[in-house]
Amino acid sequence: MSAALAAVPVVVRPKAAGGCSDAPVLKERGQREVFCGLTGIIWLHRKIQDAFFLIVGSRTCAHLMQSAAGVMIFAEPRFGTAIIDERDLAGMSDANDELDRVVAQLLSRRPDIKLLFLVGSCPSEVIKLDLSRAAERLGRSYSPNVRVLNYSGSGIETTFTQGEDACLAALVPGLPATNVKSLMVVGALADVVEDQFRRLFAAIGIADVQFLPPRRSTLLPVVGPNTHYLLAQPFLADTARALEGRGATRLEAPFPLGVEGTTAWFEAAAREWNIPDAKFQAAIAPAATRASAALSRIRHQLAGKRIFFFPDSQLEIPLARFLSRELEMNLVEVGTPFLHRQHLATELEMLPAGTMLSEGQHVENQLDRCRAAQPDIVVCGLGLANPLEAEGMTTKWAIELVFTPIQGYEQAADLAELFARPLVRRAKLAA
Amino acid sequence: MQLTVWTYEGPPHVGAMRIATAMRDVHYVLHAPQGDTYADLLFTMIERRQKRPPVTYTTFQARDLGSDTAQLFQDAARDAYERFKPKAMLVGASCTAELIQDDPGGLSDALELPIPVVTLELPSYQKKENWGAAETFYQIVRKLAGPKAPPPGTKPAPRDPARRARCNLLGPTALGFRHRDDLKEISGLLAQIGVDINVIAPFDASPDDITRLGDADFNIVLYPEIAMPAAGWLQRTFGQPMVKTVPIGMGATCDFIREVAALAGVDASALLDDPNSRAPWYAKSVDSTYLTGKRVFVFGDATHAIAAARIATRELGFTVVGLGTYSRELAREVREAAKLYGVEAMITEDYLEVEAAITELNVELLLGTQMERHIAKRLGVPCAVISAPVHVQDYPARYSPQMGFEGANVIFDTWVHPLMMGLEEHLLGMFREDFEFHAEAAPSHLGGAASERRAAPAAAPIADAFALAVETDDDVDVIEAEGPIDPVWSPEGEKELGKIPFFVRGKARRNTEAYAREFGVRVITVEALYDAKAHFSR
Repeated sequence: MSAALAAVPVVVRPKAAGGCSDAPVLKERGQREVFCGLTGIIWLHRKIQDAFFLIVGSRTCAHLMQSAAGVMIFAEPRFGTAIIDERDLAGMSDANDELDRVVAQLLSRRPDIKLLFLVGSCPSEVIKLDLSRAAERLGRSYSPNVRVLNYSGSGIETTFTQGEDACLAALVPGLPATNVKSLMVVGALADVVEDQFRRLFAAIGIADVQFLPPRRSTLLPVVGPNTHYLLAQPFLADTARALEGRGATRLEAPFPLGVEGTTAWFEAAAREWNIPDAKFQAAIAPAATRASAALSRIRHQLAGKRIFFFPDSQLEIPLARFLSRELEMNLVEVGTPFLHRQHLATELEMLPAGTMLSEGQHVENQLDRCRAAQPDIVVCGLGLANPLEAEGMTTKWAIELVFTPIQGYEQAADLAELFARPLVRRAKLAA
Repeated sequence: MQLTVWTYEGPPHVGAMRIATAMRDVHYVLHAPQGDTYADLLFTMIERRQKRPPVTYTTFQARDLGSDTAQLFQDAARDAYERFKPKAMLVGASCTAELIQDDPGGLSDALELPIPVVTLELPSYQKKENWGAAETFYQIVRKLAGPKAPPPGTKPAPRDPARRARCNLLGPTALGFRHRDDLKEISGLLAQIGVDINVIAPFDASPDDITRLGDADFNIVLYPEIAMPAAGWLQRTFGQPMVKTVPIGMGATCDFIREVAALAGVDASALLDDPNSRAPWYAKSVDSTYLTGKRVFVFGDATHAIAAARIATRELGFTVVGLGTYSRELAREVREAAKLYGVEAMITEDYLEVEAAITELNVELLLGTQMERHIAKRLGVPCAVISAPVHVQDYPARYSPQMGFEGANVIFDTWVHPLMMGLEEHLLGMFREDFEFHAEAAPSHLGGAASERRAAPAAAPIADAFALAVETDDDVDVIEAEGPIDPVWSPEGEKELGKIPFFVRGKARRNTEAYAREFGVRVITVEALYDAKAHFSR
């Protein structure tokens, strides 16, 4: 642990030797209860305000989007589906003509669109509809008013949050080049969090921090051999690889969840920018102290409680680290759809030794383990939550952890509260 | 390809899931990629069922393509049989698996499971959810009831007059629009007129129940979109006549009772003479003067849309200015109904087209689906939901049927509530000058965004007027001296507050101001905002 971190009044459990760096991982395959990468569109279309996401897929894709997102969509969404039908399956040239027609129809309806993503789905992948060529072709026709990019959000290639990874990776080749030393924060964050981070970086002494994705497609960050980037989300493997292909370097850090994670995350940048420790301390102290105090008021509701994670967003390991170290919860099983050992190296170090880790999913087996363990709280997808509640378990919808601002100091207590609330509810209803 | 933002129906395998989930002791093995498991949440979150749907997905991935997807299917089917021990199994493919052509039927035959296995061929790129549900139900009925079929051409034996007539109730499914409550209502009606129920299917029916369908004297088709193919087959195979009138609304319920009574050979006149329903009297009362001639637009599945148009016109005195459906299978029926009201039926799956029509027609009430609810919100038009697709709020905890006499009562309330009623409109007229009762005010029971939006322009001049009054008022000093010193928002603080989601922003503002007052903070900066947030975060 760094000197900077030790000086901040964070209450954390002592780190066990080695943590989970070399821990065995239970790898399973079978039925997965997780959304496909298309669903990343639900937050990406709110984040990039002049982009439109056109899924090239089946009726199932359209139905998924409205069923999964219907709860939170209250305006006309900036996404839609070009539903493939029988005629498109007859021949490829036909499907390309059809796609051009649909895009023309869409862009005439929505002239405000500056960036159009063609999003591949399971059926478009299986019939090998070449969306990258379609994007090039359409990009030529609509340039310079509209840029056209493509990525795959298909369920045969991606799970839930990997859709964001694929989308951001698609943006990377188009980022302007630079040789100037610069810092880039990678991963969609709520605007309010982004602004907090910007202010903190400024206080630390790092100006001109750039964010990927940008709020508008015209404000793309620049990248080059002197770009250092911090991942704000743990599911960005392809984006990281693409950035490194442009010469950028990843700053090794845990993810900015909880006081400890947030401090270490900022510290990674401060160290690279040779910020004096006193200045760093002074910059983060008010927020870190505030967050620690707020957490200390929630800790008694969570300390000693046993938590079980079904795999959903790849946020599970950083969340488990935060809950175990700052809130003293006990980890029964931490499932993740995919475990990126490199990006999660510091997180794994900080997990309590002996934590049961699982990757992939065989949902029936995992449900058996969960029932046998009878945890105090279960984090799971929307398909499992009510059935588990009916079995007497307390649950937290995993999806809320993706849609709610949870990163940074000011949100640390909100994040803890997300786990405390279901337990409080159960206690109230039982009384 | 078709450009769509919303879609009225899911894919056909979701229809099959609605049948499997409605039944007992049935399991559906669906060849599908991992994302297709989203469909579970329709049942567990939107309908709030306590159990997961009885569906096993094979969850194939890109790396499996071309190698062992067929093996994956067989393993999944065998494991599902071992784990769930169903009495019948459905096998099929979702849209992506259809493209890889693994033949779930043949693969499951090779497993030689000791239970009936129904193979579903649901062409995803041509057909949709209701068709999928109807086809699935039909295939199950054929497979399970078929072995008991009499030789073709056999005349059904006349019913022993000492035995009460018995019928099957066909069509209710999981995720149906009030199906559970409709069943209770219709079961009660049948009991009142002295008709027994042989089997209700697919809702809560086991495979054994399906084998007994042939024992009924006639069938009642409650939901034609789902039950018609099965009922047609039962009619041809077992000689069972069917009741086709759907009992939604007073008039249709009475017609339904007459039709059932005729087939069952019973006298239902006592019930018809005294249906004990409030809806007809409420519709006649003087307060309902204001309903007369309201311009309504009706869109939904064919069954509910046809019923809604009839109720709107004949039972409430509305004017139907538009009638349409997304159910292409029943387009003819909807076209015929539209003729009765002098409008042209709209048959489309394109919600943008529906939106354009509604905008054009200057509608006063929208009776539609969840999609029309979105349209209505945008246009500021009152709306009631009459048909699937629906959302979680359309699965109410209370008893809320659409069918039968109680259904007519429920419909009266649901449709009339979004409108301004006579008494309310009258009082608004009387208090026209009062600032709370200005002309743009929405009905008092309709809180939320719609009324706020309409009230907003009117509120601004009032606020201005108030500000003016304070400036010239001699009591200003007194007011200030009495109250606590109000903190002031810094521009940055106010801007930061604006970034908080609107639905918690009010609370955040109140909390921050309370915190500022308590701790003597005069100017609320960004820092103070977060100090307050931390203070209250528990």
